[in-house]
Amino acid sequence: MQRRFIKPTPGSRLFDIFNHLFMVLLCLAMIYPIFYLAMLSLTASDVPLTKGYLIPPHVSLENYAQVMSNHYIGYGFVNAVRRTLVGTAFSVAMMLLTAYPLSKKYFPGRRFWTGFVVFTMFFSGGMIPTYLTNSQVLGLDGSFWVLILPGLINTYNMLIARNFFMGLPEELTESGRIDGAGELRILLALILPVSLPIIATLALWSAVSHWNAWFDSMLYFSDPKQQVLQLVLRRIVLEGSDDMMNLGSAADEMTTVNPETIKAATTMVATIPIVLVYPFVQKYFVKGMVVGSLKG
Amino acid sequence: MEKSWMPIRIIFFICSRVRIPKEVLVLSKAGNTVSLPPPKKTGILSRYWKYRSLVMLFLPAILYYILFKYLPIFGVQIAFKKYMFRLGIWGSPWVGFENFEKLFAMNSFWEVLRNTFMISGLKLLFGFPAPILLALLLNEIRNVVFKRVVQTISYLPHFLSWVILSGIFIQFLSPSIGPINIFIKAMGGRPIYFLGEEEWFRSVLVITHIWKSVGWGTIVYLAALTGINPEYYEAAYIDGATRWHCARYITLPSLAPVITIMLIFAVGGIIEDDFNQIYNLYSEAVYSVGDVLSTYTYRRGLVKMDYGFASAVDLFKNVIAFVLIVSTNKIANRINDYGIW
Repeated sequence: MQRRFIKPTPGSRLFDIFNHLFMVLLCLAMIYPIFYLAMLSLTASDVPLTKGYLIPPHVSLENYAQVMSNHYIGYGFVNAVRRTLVGTAFSVAMMLLTAYPLSKKYFPGRRFWTGFVVFTMFFSGGMIPTYLTNSQVLGLDGSFWVLILPGLINTYNMLIARNFFMGLPEELTESGRIDGAGELRILLALILPVSLPIIATLALWSAVSHWNAWFDSMLYFSDPKQQVLQLVLRRIVLEGSDDMMNLGSAADEMTTVNPETIKAATTMVATIPIVLVYPFVQKYFVKGMVVGSLKG
Repeated sequence: MEKSWMPIRIIFFICSRVRIPKEVLVLSKAGNTVSLPPPKKTGILSRYWKYRSLVMLFLPAILYYILFKYLPIFGVQIAFKKYMFRLGIWGSPWVGFENFEKLFAMNSFWEVLRNTFMISGLKLLFGFPAPILLALLLNEIRNVVFKRVVQTISYLPHFLSWVILSGIFIQFLSPSIGPINIFIKAMGGRPIYFLGEEEWFRSVLVITHIWKSVGWGTIVYLAALTGINPEYYEAAYIDGATRWHCARYITLPSLAPVITIMLIFAVGGIIEDDFNQIYNLYSEAVYSVGDVLSTYTYRRGLVKMDYGFASAVDLFKNVIAFVLIVSTNKIANRINDYGIW
């Protein structure tokens, strides 16, 4: 907001001071719980936790060493990365493929098909029928694809991509059509190169939701080696599962190991990838929100 | 039922129409300019034929929506059935409204329904104004770098899952090692088990919800703010307006349409609860205040395997949600051109 032309009054200055102060406090409130957990995860096992401190008096990486030696976390990490990569690739391709026809005025039955798609945003089968369909009718129980296929299209995001396509000039595809190119060619060669912002946004949204997903992994997989990181985290941190925490092997020599700091380190292992990537990709999320909000 | 299967029939018909004359397609690609022989059918189907290369792109989506969205909707029938594993969704015997009668006769159901509305209502009451307020305050910050840093930090929790966040909050709010309780104890108070006490649990849900979503929620308002014509402010300044006047009589009224629409949608979603949040934060000690429709459905259906009963809960919720969303979306569309589709 360019409003420097307004003469600052004392009241206005006072407001600015409090406003900035408020923002700093807000940021601290956002950061502190995460910071606290990071510090807890770095606390050595001989530090009493019931005394307050900002930075632990004895910092150590032993909790991370413990977490890294846990096979379940290793499997969980690999499973999560795998589903994120495969799921994002398939989802983005599928959403673009769906959004493009819906963005074309001449797509036959466009109103009907839009309704066909939008209806599922308003009415869904619900948790139980969805579970029964996926596991028993479609037979996806225990298959890797159960993590990918049911969530291929996020209808809302797909419609945002459609709105983006609708904002592109019609001449772009006209030229392709005159050259006799099929719609797939037009999409790949003419539309995609100018759609990178929306592709990035779709990919990031999809990747975040895959990385954060755990419920499907819990429903469809019983083997702990096939579960994703978030679920392993849930089992260890929330359900306090000792055998998944894998203390058994280390318990003999490390009787002093502290379950609270181990839990903190486990949580951090799932948090760090997001916190590391987030600052670099944040602007694409916001851009996508703004870019796609044009209504068709 | 008959009507709902219509799309599938149409799809099969289109598939067959598209597949048959492939040679013709190849011929036309080979460069001959003769227009294709038009299919016998007129009207809509000839349009499908004419734009077949576009329709082909859409076929996977049709298959996807039928298998993963519409098939579960047909599976809703188990709410009217006694589910038997051996017989599956389609073969289990019909029992009419038995599941619903059982449901409405159950005290726990009404408690869960009340909790759902209470928690959503509280989230709406406190969580809805929060991002508007924050957006207005952010708007007054003229240091671009500072503003961007604040935005980046406040968006971050939006990207962390509730599994991670509950891992954080369980430790953070812990009666023994959490900093809040360490502070309370240092002041001579009695530690509070925030996640395990009935009088605190809903507050924790509301506050953590705001904490996670307030920053991200500002985006839509900040985007609306960039659309305000700066001449308004210049004119106001010439008339001697202060910043407060500008915020109160220009900025806020300019946001009013967006606020109205967001409010309508928020009210439309009032029966939706946040399964991820509640399931990861609650425990048996706080079921009486924290158990909501989705967690109840999950425990009755997928833990106790009472599929018919749990589907009845699901269907009850989905029907109400559907009516709410469609009617609120209608209202939103009427007020201005901002509906979802």
